[in-house]
Amino acid sequence: MTQTRRQLLPFYFLAPALLVELAIIFYPVIQTTWMSLYDFVLFRPNNSPFIGFGNFARALADPVFWLSLGNSAIWIVGVVALQFLLGLGTALLLNQSFWWRGVARALVVIPWALPSVIIGLMWTWMYDYNLGVINDLLLRLHLIATPIAWLARPDTTLPSIMLALIWQGFPFFAVTILAGLQTVPAEQIEAAEIDGANAWQRLVSVVLPSIAEVLATVLLLRTIWVANSLDVILVMTGGGPGYASYTLPLYAFLRAYSGMEYGYGAALSLILTVLLLAVVYFYVRRVSRAEQTT
Amino acid sequence: MIERRSRLVRILAIEIPILLVVVFAIAPYAWMVLTSIRPDADLSTFPLSYMPSQVTLEHYVTLLQQTSFLQNLFNSLVIAAGAVVVGLLTSVPAAYAFSRFRFRGRQVLMTQFLVINMFPVVLLIIPLFVLMRNFHLLDTYFGIIIGHSTFAIPFAVWMLTSYMNGIPREVDEAAMMDGATRLQTIRLVILPLLMPGIVTTAIYIFVTSWNEYLFAMMLSGDHVRTVTVALQLFIGEFTVQWGLLTAGGTLVAIPVTILFLIVQRRLVGGLTAGAVKA
Repeated sequence: MTQTRRQLLPFYFLAPALLVELAIIFYPVIQTTWMSLYDFVLFRPNNSPFIGFGNFARALADPVFWLSLGNSAIWIVGVVALQFLLGLGTALLLNQSFWWRGVARALVVIPWALPSVIIGLMWTWMYDYNLGVINDLLLRLHLIATPIAWLARPDTTLPSIMLALIWQGFPFFAVTILAGLQTVPAEQIEAAEIDGANAWQRLVSVVLPSIAEVLATVLLLRTIWVANSLDVILVMTGGGPGYASYTLPLYAFLRAYSGMEYGYGAALSLILTVLLLAVVYFYVRRVSRAEQTT
Repeated sequence: MIERRSRLVRILAIEIPILLVVVFAIAPYAWMVLTSIRPDADLSTFPLSYMPSQVTLEHYVTLLQQTSFLQNLFNSLVIAAGAVVVGLLTSVPAAYAFSRFRFRGRQVLMTQFLVINMFPVVLLIIPLFVLMRNFHLLDTYFGIIIGHSTFAIPFAVWMLTSYMNGIPREVDEAAMMDGATRLQTIRLVILPLLMPGIVTTAIYIFVTSWNEYLFAMMLSGDHVRTVTVALQLFIGEFTVQWGLLTAGGTLVAIPVTILFLIVQRRLVGGLTAGAVKA
């Protein structure tokens, strides 16, 4: 075998995957970038003037853009933080030994398996104003005096959808953190116990530092997923009432899909991508380093 | 005495909290299934009765006989299976290259597979729609399968590379020493050893494709509508018929729940791209 053929060999194996990716990812991304510079509206494709950064300037002057960006910030911080805390708590509990641990672990994972449409459907049903189980329970417990239209009130819509997404995503944190916890050497924890550290001190000064790498990776990955996710909101409220549950990816999507303003939608999704780049960068750097050391 | 006290402490400090978490995790699911098997009369009274007055499958019968749901289930099955085939055919060779060769550009190429998996769907979906329209692939199985490959391939490449790295190179070398060609080594030695990884990857692609909504909605029309899109349309159409909707939800959710429970333990390592060794 000649030198050149040997060097080309890995690329023969890579070619199918790379060619498909080129066609369905790189080409679309370039096209999105290109479209963002035009006033491109689907139903008048022949009249799409080049407007440079006009779409981006338009976004900066668009109050709905800022509102969506603000909602996105609340959405990401609220959802990721609560998924993380709930997932960490669950993982610490599942790391203890009790006789039905295997069953508990399997059942906790279930929300993660479900499609966003079903999550939207089951939570919309539970939030129902007239017949929803949430209003019924809260009324029975005398926590509220009258039913609440959870998804129709501007002040409760976003938190209500966030709860559905927290529910769906905490199992991922739970099982990945659990996998990390199982690598913490028992001797270290025992040593701290002998030194008189209580459970909380052992957690903060022994357990959490030794899984810091895992926590960081999972947090970054999840931030990216949550920031990009729009389907549960789309299914539950479509962004409403008004703009109360608009987030940036949803706004970009609706502009392009319902408004057919592809140029503006493309600009909005590029802004989202650029805002996320920092998170993606730290995540990718971490994972590539981990891959190189294996 | 101490024995009994520590058992009590364990129940209070561990088993009861975890029971609450489990209830939180499965209650919405259980409520959906419970709604789907009770008669309509139960579904219009408030305050609610938590136990069904009688168990009925009428909603399932109506759903399957009077709507296109069975066809939608079939469409989803074809598309998910197609996404698995495309995903594996492209990513098994790619994973072999990343795992077994050290070549210029390897790190960059691996990293780009990771980065493209982080792109927002909205960034891809509009031009993909235009692309599919130009190639007359809208509302075809192939079009949606290609759409789902955008996330299936990068994921599968990383998952399988990490699995393949777990197979010692000495195994290949021994086979080559015995006179096997490279392709024979792959077919007779590596693929059998890789099978658990391939199955896990296949199931994960199947589940994500089956669950996917945005691509399926953008790229499908009446012909190849998937269950998720059909269900979403039903929500608009039959908002008052929660029995019907929850029956559909249950039918869609049960197969993926079972598949997911089979592979979930092995998924953890792959999904965090090797950062967590499960």
